[in-house]
Amino acid sequence: MTPIWRSLTAPWRTLPAQRRQMLTWAFWTPLLLALPLVDKTFKWGIVNDVTDVLVLVILALGLNIVVGYAGLLDLGYAAFFAIGAYTAGVLTWPAHHLEWNFWIVIWAAVIIAAFWGIIIGTPTLRLRGDYLAIVTLAFGEIVPVAIRNMGSVTIGIGPWRLLTDFNLTNGVQGLNPVGRPWIGGFEFGFDPTPWYYLILMIAALVIFASARLQDSRLGRAWMALREDETAADCMGVDPVRTKLSAFAIGASFSGFAGAFYAAKLQAIFPELFKFNLSIMILCMVILGGMGNIRGVVIGGMLLQLFDRVVLTQTTIFARSVGEALHISPLATIDLSLWRWFFFGLTMVVVMVLKPEGLFPSAARRAELHAADEEAPQPAKSG
Amino acid sequence: MTETEFFIQLLINGTTIGSYLALIALGYTMVYGIIELINFAHGDVYMLGFLISLTFLGILGVTRSLGGWELWVIVFGVMFVTMLVTGTINMVIDRVAYKPLRRAPRLAALITAVGMSFMLENLAMIWKGPSQINYPNIFPTIDILNDVLEMKTAVLFTTKDVFLMGVTVPLMVVLNLFIRNTKMGKAMRATAQDREAAALMGVNVENVIRNTFFIGGALAGAAGMTVGIYLNTGRYLMGFDAGLLAFTAAVLGGIGNIGGAMLGGYVIGFLNAASDQYLSSEWTRALVFTTLILVLVFRPSGLLGERTPERD
Repeated sequence: MTPIWRSLTAPWRTLPAQRRQMLTWAFWTPLLLALPLVDKTFKWGIVNDVTDVLVLVILALGLNIVVGYAGLLDLGYAAFFAIGAYTAGVLTWPAHHLEWNFWIVIWAAVIIAAFWGIIIGTPTLRLRGDYLAIVTLAFGEIVPVAIRNMGSVTIGIGPWRLLTDFNLTNGVQGLNPVGRPWIGGFEFGFDPTPWYYLILMIAALVIFASARLQDSRLGRAWMALREDETAADCMGVDPVRTKLSAFAIGASFSGFAGAFYAAKLQAIFPELFKFNLSIMILCMVILGGMGNIRGVVIGGMLLQLFDRVVLTQTTIFARSVGEALHISPLATIDLSLWRWFFFGLTMVVVMVLKPEGLFPSAARRAELHAADEEAPQPAKSG
Repeated sequence: MTETEFFIQLLINGTTIGSYLALIALGYTMVYGIIELINFAHGDVYMLGFLISLTFLGILGVTRSLGGWELWVIVFGVMFVTMLVTGTINMVIDRVAYKPLRRAPRLAALITAVGMSFMLENLAMIWKGPSQINYPNIFPTIDILNDVLEMKTAVLFTTKDVFLMGVTVPLMVVLNLFIRNTKMGKAMRATAQDREAAALMGVNVENVIRNTFFIGGALAGAAGMTVGIYLNTGRYLMGFDAGLLAFTAAVLGGIGNIGGAMLGGYVIGFLNAASDQYLSSEWTRALVFTTLILVLVFRPSGLLGERTPERD
């Protein structure tokens, strides 16, 4: 940061932390609450997009528990999102004759996602960091395959059939429609505003939970494990329970997001939950700074802003420049094709130049740069 | 097709899949052995091998089946150049993405590896488009059992199967000899055992790492071209799938272990072929990944690997 910036923000930084936090909330809350109104007045039409971004931010916060707090690299996080969405889908798809109330379904999705978090967590407890990453990746690949193939489930032992040709997930076609939420006599429909307020509430809940967890006994146990598992174990942190709770709580966040997303989109397909999604969420966590709520929220929003606005606008701009100067490759360029390139680039650049992210937490920064001071450079040999 | 023929066909299919998986798996296992990094972008280097050799064939204007000396000169000439290019690419990837993170926590390097893989896939997609890409059918296909040996059988064993094994197996043998007998091979083994100690003994560790990446990339490039000639089709995402299969193979054999990677490649190849034939190809992916999870959880040291103490 430049000295000018420092002197400008000096009065702000001298405020007590609690005051600063209160002021931040006091600034953002009315803005966020008024967004749909402002959006309608100025005809921006961005509420729907903001809602989708918030779903991804909630996912990023869930992954942040696993990757940021507990230091367990999860490359298959989209699987939990899929499980949350499909729980909601299966429980409300008319063909199943269940059609549960959304407000119950969303909690069911949370519980089932958390349950699967524990199922995946259990076998990975013995693994080292990078093996764990690969196991979660494999799990993330298995879940969509399993969902695709569960259009006709037959469970039976010998001649006894528990289920015959039961259509659980409707295979590739996906589940459509999914039950929408009701409040009193009002049904959530195509107007994005109620969805926006609902996701805002969920996001607030998730941010609050993340913040409380961070400072709790459990949160400190996660960070202790992340920094040194052996030392933490010696200090009485139970690695098994601590890691499993990270998986369960991280997955439960995506249960919320999944159920919401399924209800809003009204249709879910196995193709929505591929490896790319896991990586995009991971990228959101990394950009802002692992293990840091503010960083993950801002970083996630920046990345989405880049993906949804900057890429399309730059494409339009580059094309107009290309047409004006008669440079044909520039006139037909489509930068949105490059989005995964930029996501990959973000991951490489952030990890190489600033592994603690753009908005780091002090502890994580110290940890990631500890090696710079401790390890002496090896002598050049030849 | 009788039961026996069915089984023999499975053995043939398993061996062909296993051969190229083993070749890719070698790149994973060598890099992991030396710097303990899962080079996630390795599968995409294999995909680049496919695309680059395709480009060279395009430049030479080869579109049909070749014969005689022309076939051998073009196939091995293009393969040699492709190997040089993919080896260099892999070396550059290491220089750009992994070298700055040698001392960082291991997960940091793994994350850049994933990022690198996405960049390569995206570049390939923009270069050749997202759909299936045709590869010229330059190698003549002759049904050996029926047409040459004049046996009446439903088993299909063609000259292409012979070609695939004829390329991959010698490369593996040469690699083994290289690692066993040359000075660089010895330096590689020393670095894999203990990087610091090797550096103290006068091994230029960075040079060894560069060489390892080069060899791994070259082998992946050869695999990419061989598969192109064998299957005549490919796609920008082919590296992701093959990479995961090959990584599974490397882990199954015991990661860091050269012989293990080859063994693992063949085991996964047979598993793949068996699942395609007996179960259903829809479940093959899930089955392979389940195997990966089971191996990692219950025998993380693999079939031939030694138990290593916890390190991170």
